[in-house]
Amino acid sequence: MSLDSKVPQGPIKDKWTDYKNHIDLVNPANKRNIDVIVVGTGLAGGSAAATLAELGYNVKAFCFQDSPRRAHSIAAQGGINAAKNYQGDGDSTYRLFYDTVKGGDYRSREANVYRLAEVSANIIDQCVAQGVPFAREYGGLLDNRSFGGVLVSRTFYAAGQTGQQLLLGAYSAMNRQIGRGKIKMYNRHEMLDVVKVDGKARGIITRNLITGEVERHSAHAVVLGTGGYGNVFFLSTNAMGSNVTAGWKAHKKGAYFANPCYTQIHPTCIPVSGDHQSKLTLMSESLRNDGRIWVPKHMKDVEAIKSGALKPRELAEDDRDYYLERRYPAFGNLVPRDVASRAAKERCDAGFGVNATGEAVFLDFASAIQRYGKETAHVKGLDENDAALVKKLGQEVIKNKYGNLFQMYEKIVDQDPYNTPMMIYPAVHYTMGGVWVDYNLMTTVPGLYCIGEANFSDHGANRLGASALMQGLADGYFVLPYTIGDYLSHDIRTGPISTDSKEFEEAENDVRKQLEFFVTNKGSHSVDYFHKKLGKIMWNKVGMSRNVKGLTEAIAEIKALREEFWKEVKVPGTNEEYNEELAKAGRVADFLELGELFAKDALNREESCGGHFREDAVELDGEQKGEAKRNDEDFAYVSAWEYKGEPSDAVLHKEELEFKDIELKQRSYK
Amino acid sequence: MDMNLTLKIWRQKNASDKGSMVDYKVSDISPDMSFLEMLDVLNEQLINNDEEPVAFDHDCREGICGMCSLYINGEAHGPDRGVTTCQLHMRMFKDGDTITIEPFRATAFPVVKDLIVDRSSFDRIQHAGGFISVNTSGNTIDANATPINKEDADDAFSAATCIGCGACVASCKNSSAMLFVGAKVSQFALLPQGKIEATDRVLNMVKQMDDEGFGNCTNTGACEVECPKGISLENIARMNREYLAASLKG
Ligand SMILES: Cc1cc2nc3c(=O)[nH]c(=O)nc-3n(C[C@H](O)[C@H](O)[C@H](O)COP(=O)(O)OP(=O)(O)OC[C@H]3O[C@@H](n4cnc5c(N)ncnc54)[C@H](O)[C@@H]3O)c2cc1C
Ligand code: SF4
Ligand code: FES
Repeated sequence: MSLDSKVPQGPIKDKWTDYKNHIDLVNPANKRNIDVIVVGTGLAGGSAAATLAELGYNVKAFCFQDSPRRAHSIAAQGGINAAKNYQGDGDSTYRLFYDTVKGGDYRSREANVYRLAEVSANIIDQCVAQGVPFAREYGGLLDNRSFGGVLVSRTFYAAGQTGQQLLLGAYSAMNRQIGRGKIKMYNRHEMLDVVKVDGKARGIITRNLITGEVERHSAHAVVLGTGGYGNVFFLSTNAMGSNVTAGWKAHKKGAYFANPCYTQIHPTCIPVSGDHQSKLTLMSESLRNDGRIWVPKHMKDVEAIKSGALKPRELAEDDRDYYLERRYPAFGNLVPRDVASRAAKERCDAGFGVNATGEAVFLDFASAIQRYGKETAHVKGLDENDAALVKKLGQEVIKNKYGNLFQMYEKIVDQDPYNTPMMIYPAVHYTMGGVWVDYNLMTTVPGLYCIGEANFSDHGANRLGASALMQGLADGYFVLPYTIGDYLSHDIRTGPISTDSKEFEEAENDVRKQLEFFVTNKGSHSVDYFHKKLGKIMWNKVGMSRNVKGLTEAIAEIKALREEFWKEVKVPGTNEEYNEELAKAGRVADFLELGELFAKDALNREESCGGHFREDAVELDGEQKGEAKRNDEDFAYVSAWEYKGEPSDAVLHKEELEFKDIELKQRSYK
Repeated sequence: MDMNLTLKIWRQKNASDKGSMVDYKVSDISPDMSFLEMLDVLNEQLINNDEEPVAFDHDCREGICGMCSLYINGEAHGPDRGVTTCQLHMRMFKDGDTITIEPFRATAFPVVKDLIVDRSSFDRIQHAGGFISVNTSGNTIDANATPINKEDADDAFSAATCIGCGACVASCKNSSAMLFVGAKVSQFALLPQGKIEATDRVLNMVKQMDDEGFGNCTNTGACEVECPKGISLENIARMNREYLAASLKG
């Protein structure tokens, strides 16, 4: 099969409008006869389910948590981008488009990114209309903050709980439709396979996580909004249940999987504290608006801080190395995430890490507290030279902006970040790779759509901060509802899809077989044992910095681990009850396949781009010495992998990327 | 210093099983572990001994999804303040302690298994009116067309930070859901967008709350104390005012 991205003709700024003017529509009466399955109720799935139901389709929505409100979008902290230019600082659709393509290191599809920037402003209008309480200024208008990799302030936020507020907005829109009977909600249901009939996606197989019942659900189209696969690393900022199963099962049924190796390692997370660690916690990038990142300049101070002889705040300014400000004067602490993460790793590898494990740098709010304190004192007509007062006022401002993040930090680390710098280290956070989709967000399986973090979409090799929330809501509120109509317009005479077919039966049987295997295989190790081992291989050999030797080893090790898993995994309990270990076993089985394809993809891509850093692809001299080196001649393509059995047999298809509206340049943040 | 602990945990096979407390021992628990990581250690131990692990709800493990819901030593989310169960750390306990762990109990929260309860009653209250009836379209008014007083916006936000965990219900001797419902009603009551449907919203949500079997509020304030997100009693007062006004109207 050749890859057709279905990007419409014409100038980039007219593509989406022209496209909408020319697609086939489904009339309202016919929509009532069409069923759509939406798997996932995060920002992408939740907004899609609500909008499709408003349009009149019959929607069945699924999530594995006990309520749609608990999808992992709830955890997003910092904000959402939109080209509103409320600050009058020169923002525009074009600039957001440009920043996103550049930030993604020129590995995304121009037309999709332009459309994303184009609809971004509508998202903010829609959310405000729903009652999402974004932060406001004293004049009553919406406030903005800045995120990494850009020079304008276009990020809308609700303290450190932006994802929560946006998701509750989408959840409320869903609730209205659930109340009207237009969405049938299936909580605590896990999708375990896609069902294809005559080549088209026509349903899914699910397991009811409470009763263990295996169920068939049919529809005219299936939408996956099932989130990212960062948990292939075991430790990540994702929720415990986040998984790749839906996307991976789709892959096995013919959907190509794109750019699996593009992972975002986020620079500001709370460092690992010990072997018991079950997940990692993000400290939002928005903190880099006000926090300055540093390590000591001299090794003796590193030692003194580690031993507790020296308090970080006591170290003189001159003895600190604000390494981002030093290396990247133009962007300073606001360089993109991949750049900030590698710089932290570089300092820690050189021995300057400031905690017991040597894997932490400081994120310091002292200067921001001073600055805000002085400002507030000045505005209120108080004494700007009263140090204690300035500190108190400054801390209040910081608390207002980031209070919940500071509290989270304090509860985990047991230190007060208002009075001592935070310690942070990079952690796996987001996956730019995912199921390949065309301009319509349709996968290579007709009738199977993929939206949100689960698709490979708009962020190229690196996602800019506050752009995932934007993409999830753009896909669900403003893009998919149009594009899916074009496809469904051919289904108005089809009638209900029966689940009584051999295709459904086969898919159900396969699912049952696997469940049965797990509960009867009396192996010797728990599911977590394997998951943790996989995570170690991924982090050490397919993590922040990759090389041929490590990747080759990783491929062999993951394959061996997978074989051991299928022999030795131990799942207690039965299938006919609530059984978390059983659910985890299925997810880890899929991670063990994805992990290998991930490493294979990283091995294939002999360049450094965005979050994918190859040690054999760096600038050797000049001003950019040591920085990542992209290879546009040979690698300006999307890697879309076709399933052929073992991950090692996967076949590579290339979607060549064209840059007509943006000139390909080396990304410089110097 | 690492700790050895005795755990008394509620075990219940399924909704129809009677259930009982069972004792377990865990050792070498680090004070830096979270409470749920301590339970992970117990579960790994149980699996290795061919016993059934303890079922409990959890997902984000950072205090925001509202999934975790343990009643620890007689308090919803345990002894610390302003935290969810997943944010509770073992440094709050000491070597040799006995810790009692039960589910969030209420008539409207039936037990599913062990420490997991069914909180879908909360969702149904939201279906009854926890929304503003606005369809998705690219042409609602510009987000800055209606300025909103910062204080109201901030208060609406504070009310909207409720995570729907149910600790308020579990802590209340009447199993009242007034704090949870009050928070949602308040969020919309404080914003101009929410005023249009205010009357129906409060009447419908309160009716659904009563139908689900949540008890009455007798102002003991236990909910506010245990709420991990600091949702204030002021929200209940605001809902009562809204309800009174709506009843007079309709
Ligand atoms: C801690 C954190 C902070 C972040 N902060 C920001 C930020 O400030 N700004 C920003 O733009 N982005 C941020 N991100 C990224 C962003 O939150 C996510 O990329 C985005 O929310 C993903 O949304 P989604 O709808 O695609 O998936 P999710 O919200 O993850 O939803 C996935 C849904 O799929 C369901 N599901 C999954 N698998 C199955 C299955 N097999 N069967 C049934 N259901 C299934 C789940 O139940 C869930 O409902 C952050 C991410 C994290 C982890
Ligand atoms: S009001 Fe507080 S305790 Fe009650 S559900 Fe909301 S967050 Fe939980
Ligand atoms: S697990 Fe999400 S709040 Fe505790």
